[in-house]
Amino acid sequence: MVDADSPPRRGAGQLEAAVLSVLWQAGRPLSPGEVQQTLAGPAGAPELSYSTVVTILSRLHAKKALERRREGRAFRYAPVADEAGLAARRLAAMLDKAPDRQAVLSRFVADLSGSDEQLVRDLLGDGGQEAG
Amino acid sequence: MSLAVYLPLALPAVLAPLAGPLAARLDPVHATWLLTGAAVALAACSTLALGLLAAAAAVRIPLVASLGHWSLAVLGPDNPAGLAVALVAGILLAVAALTVTGFGIRRYRALAGAYREARCLPGRGQTVVLADEAADAYALPGRPGRIVVTAGMLSALDRPGRAALLAHERAHLAGFHYLFTTAARLAATANPLLRPVDRAVGYTVERWADERAATVVGDRRLVAHAIGRAALAAKANRPRREVPGALGAVFSGTGVRAHTRAGPVPRRVAALLAPPPPRRLVLLVAVAALVALAGVCALLAANDLQDLLSLAHHHHH
Repeated sequence: MVDADSPPRRGAGQLEAAVLSVLWQAGRPLSPGEVQQTLAGPAGAPELSYSTVVTILSRLHAKKALERRREGRAFRYAPVADEAGLAARRLAAMLDKAPDRQAVLSRFVADLSGSDEQLVRDLLGDGGQEAG
Repeated sequence: MSLAVYLPLALPAVLAPLAGPLAARLDPVHATWLLTGAAVALAACSTLALGLLAAAAAVRIPLVASLGHWSLAVLGPDNPAGLAVALVAGILLAVAALTVTGFGIRRYRALAGAYREARCLPGRGQTVVLADEAADAYALPGRPGRIVVTAGMLSALDRPGRAALLAHERAHLAGFHYLFTTAARLAATANPLLRPVDRAVGYTVERWADERAATVVGDRRLVAHAIGRAALAAKANRPRREVPGALGAVFSGTGVRAHTRAGPVPRRVAALLAPPPPRRLVLLVAVAALVALAGVCALLAANDLQDLLSLAHHHHH
C-alpha cells in the first residue's frame, strides 16, 4: 500500500485504522504481540515490528480510542466502546430525520434495490450465494 | 430583446440528457469538475437570462421608468408577447430565489451539524468505529473530517477490503467532495432542468473516490469486490430502507453500458471491473464550449439591455 502523493502521516492513519479494526474484530483485549500476529500476512511474517505496534497502540490510547489494562508486564488493549451505542443511535436518528444531513455524508455504499442486489451478485460472480 | 437571451434558458435542457453518459464515459475527476462547473455556470446564465427578460418589461412600467430616469419614448412599448414572457420569467425568478434560499439554509444547517458531529465523535483519530452490528460506513465533513465505520461493516469485509473502504472515504474528505455535490445541488435548485447533472455529480464523486482507492490499494478488482460485499452486507441488515427498484435494469453480462439504468452501486462495481476510463479531451472541450456559448449569450443580452437603458437615460428630458 504505497501512497505516492500523500505525506507519511496518512500512512500512520491507515496503520491506526488497521490496528483498530483488528481489536474490534477480536472482541476481547489483545496484547501488542497478539495484534502483531493478527496483522501478519498470510505467509505469517510480521508486517510491522513489535515496537511499531506498541507505538501505534500507545498513540491510539493517548487519543482515547483504546483503553488498556496491565496484565503481567504488558498492557492489553481494547477499543473504547461508545456508551452502549449511544453515538450510533444518535447518528442513525439524525440520518433518518433530515434528508439534507444525509446528503452531506459520503456513504460508502448506497441502498440497493432488489434488482441491483442481483446485479452486484452477478458482477462479483456470487451466483445466488450469500456474501461472505 | 434579442434572441440571445433565450439560448441560456435552452442550454441546461441540452446538457441534462448528456450528464449521465458523460459521467459514465469520462475520467471521474474530469467529469466531476466539468459537470459541477457546467451546472453552476448554466444555472447562473439561465438565472441572469430570466432576470433580463423580467427587467426588460419592468423598466417599461411608467413608475419604474421615471424612477430610473429612462425615456419611455426611447424604450418603446413592449409587445404583448414580451409582457407574458416577462411575467413568466419574473415568477420563475421569484420561485428560484425562494427555493435557493431554502436550500442554502437547509444545507448550511446540515453541514454545521456534520461539523459538530465530527468534532464530538469519541477519540481523536480520523476513523471512528461504532459498536453497531448494522453494516454502514461514511465520511463526515468537518475540521478535520471523520470516517465512521460500524463494527458490522468491518466484519463484512476482509482486511484489503477495509483498506479499500478507508481509502475511499479518505478520498472523499481529502477532495472536499461535499463542496462539489453542494454546488451541483445548488445549481439544480436554481434551475430544476439541471437535476440530472446534480445526480451525475453525486455519482462521479463516488467514482472519483473508488478510483483513488484503487490507486491506494493497487487493485481495482479488489475495490470492486469490497464495494459489492459492503453493499450486500448493508442491504442484509437494512431491509426496511429498500428503495424503489431501478426499473428496466438489464444485465447483459459484459460492458458498463448495460448498467446505465441500474443503481449506482452495480454501476460502480462494473466500472471498476472494466478497464480504467480514458481521458477524453474532445468531450471536455464540447461541454466547455456549450457553457461558454451560454455565457456569451447571457452577456450579450445583458449588454443589449444596458445599452438600451443608457440610451433611454440620455434622452430623458
